[in-house]
Amino acid sequence: MRHTISVLVENKFGVLARIAGLFSARGYNIASLAVSETMDPTISYMTMVVEVKDEDVLEQIKKQLNKLIDVITVTDFTKREHIDRELVLAKVNYAAKDKDKLEAVFDKFVGKIIHHKEGTAIIEAVGDAQQIKLLLEELSKFGIKELVRTGKLAISN
Amino acid sequence: MNGARILLESLKRAGAEVIFGYPGGQVLPIFDQLYDFDIKFILTRHEQGAAHAADGYSRATGKVGVCLATSGPGATNLVTGIANAYMDSIPMVAITGQVGTHLIGNDAFQEADVTGITRPITKHNFLVKDVKDLSRTIAEAFYIASSGRPGPVLIDIPVDVQRAETEFIWPEKIRIRSYQPTYSGHPGQIKKAAKLISSAKKPIIYAGGGIITSGAHILLRELAEKIQAPVTMTFMGLGAFPGTHKLSLGMLGMHGTAYANHATMESDLIIAIGARFDDRVTGRLDTFAPYAKVIHIDIDPSSISKNVKVDIPIVGDAKNILGPLINQIKKAPDTSAWLKTIDAWKKKHPLAYKHTGKFIKPQYILEELWDLTKGDAVICTEVGQSQMWACQWYNYLTPRTFISSGGLGTMGFGFPAAIGAKLGRPDKEVFNIAGDGSIQMNIQELATCVANKINVKVLIFNNGFLGMVRQWQELFYKKRYSYTPITSPDFVKLAESYGAIGIRVTKKSEVRKALEKTIKADNTVFVDFRIEPEENVWPMVPAGQAINKMIDGLA
Repeated sequence: MRHTISVLVENKFGVLARIAGLFSARGYNIASLAVSETMDPTISYMTMVVEVKDEDVLEQIKKQLNKLIDVITVTDFTKREHIDRELVLAKVNYAAKDKDKLEAVFDKFVGKIIHHKEGTAIIEAVGDAQQIKLLLEELSKFGIKELVRTGKLAISN
Repeated sequence: MNGARILLESLKRAGAEVIFGYPGGQVLPIFDQLYDFDIKFILTRHEQGAAHAADGYSRATGKVGVCLATSGPGATNLVTGIANAYMDSIPMVAITGQVGTHLIGNDAFQEADVTGITRPITKHNFLVKDVKDLSRTIAEAFYIASSGRPGPVLIDIPVDVQRAETEFIWPEKIRIRSYQPTYSGHPGQIKKAAKLISSAKKPIIYAGGGIITSGAHILLRELAEKIQAPVTMTFMGLGAFPGTHKLSLGMLGMHGTAYANHATMESDLIIAIGARFDDRVTGRLDTFAPYAKVIHIDIDPSSISKNVKVDIPIVGDAKNILGPLINQIKKAPDTSAWLKTIDAWKKKHPLAYKHTGKFIKPQYILEELWDLTKGDAVICTEVGQSQMWACQWYNYLTPRTFISSGGLGTMGFGFPAAIGAKLGRPDKEVFNIAGDGSIQMNIQELATCVANKINVKVLIFNNGFLGMVRQWQELFYKKRYSYTPITSPDFVKLAESYGAIGIRVTKKSEVRKALEKTIKADNTVFVDFRIEPEENVWPMVPAGQAINKMIDGLA
């Protein structure tokens, strides 16, 4: 099962390596990871989605993260109200004759065209996991040439 | 003041009394300061020796051990010693030189990414890029190493930082916002634990190294005597409870006593204190202690419910928890029937060996050593059969008298660790129980002993084999002794060539006299005991079996 965890860490070099090392050394899998500075430049915020087979492993991951000296707090969003979003940029096949069809997609789904030239359009979309999933299903009908995504960001509400 | 000087001043302020180390190109400024600085420096003959000596010093004293090496190969030679300290939660500060900051990442001469290499085997590590951060970093390193669940901390200092000048300011107080270990146990949990203890019929205390780290051994004894529960110790816990006490079951697990293993399996309550349910203790996990509820007291939350499901976890320092716990137990459980059952196991399955053949039995040497010292000694060990016999056939009465590599199982640990232990406890006789294999892994430290008059007594159980591996080959690989028969130098001549004393013992009748001579000697002594070549360590739980499925080849 997938769980979203956020970690506040000291903004020092090597911290990301410590976290990545913890996961690889213990055989845990990170599905996505997003890192950035916070309003306090000495602190960074990481949102990670982890794939675990049971609650015990999740518990152990949280404890191991907490054990790292540079980790300030660990928040598990599994049982907490929160909002999450992901940003996706997708390069899709785009011919002039498809213009209306593609624009019609955005009436029903998140996303917009932010750039296009003959043969290709770049779509930007921000949404939760379900919205992104539905959008990508639609876009794949046109043919997705390239896809980049930030991984999930989460904030409690 | 330059960085090198700040380092030494800081080490002194942090309480370091001795540094074990080895010089090299990227620590020249530090060694230039050491030349006339008032701190004890012990030059080992290999950096691995320095790391193990610092570790042994720490285990013997409870203080933070300090080792120092140059960049690149000097630092990588410390790695085994650091990993060893990490596995056994030993407070240690390792200092390494690094190439100049402008060269880092350039594959410079003797450069290695030491903070990268040691990240998974240190509690924390630092690369100091600015001399202004140096004294605070050292203070933080000592604080992190010695607080919470202790462990090694490495500080990598580029050579230009060692040369750079700044004002020396020692931070008197250290506070790290992201690191605040829990010391006092939750009162509600303690209350629940007390209630559960009162209602137990077959309780057992499972005591680990955390008791020794915490200094909770007196409280442990109070608890055991109050509730009349038997106490079994982990390998790391030996010395936490007197081995001669009538409630002691000795060590449990793979080479534990049969009665400790039976008692653990049959118990209805395990009170785990400062122990982590390691695989050598639990054997096959899904069969472990099927009737027992578990109370687990540990300072490290990640140790709780990691392997064995815990009913009542109490996070904190054992010495802060046991006092209130003892007070909360209003009614001691009635364990008289349970203790009778255990006595019957003790009678039926004692530790045993037989005098057969012409060779000396290793167990006999340890019995004689016990008889001559009665626990008033520090026993260090190497790793393997000799180590397991030392767990079984000598009684440890007080903490920090048994010093051995547990989690990592590092051959070559015992001898340098004994050097560190002797420096920390000069008042004690310090022995290293060694095999002919292990002793050869850091034998160069004989020079360190003799040059510094560190009188360590090394008892080599010489059987011509890498004995523990040979035992597994005998039992599980059809006696195909693949590369386990080994040759050794003449240990007597070798010791003498270093300026130490060498003694060879081939007969049982000579054992006691040789030990007496060894104890009296005012020098380092190597005793080459020629022991039964194919003696096994019994009992034994085969890997992956339940711990009451012991085998024993004595019948």
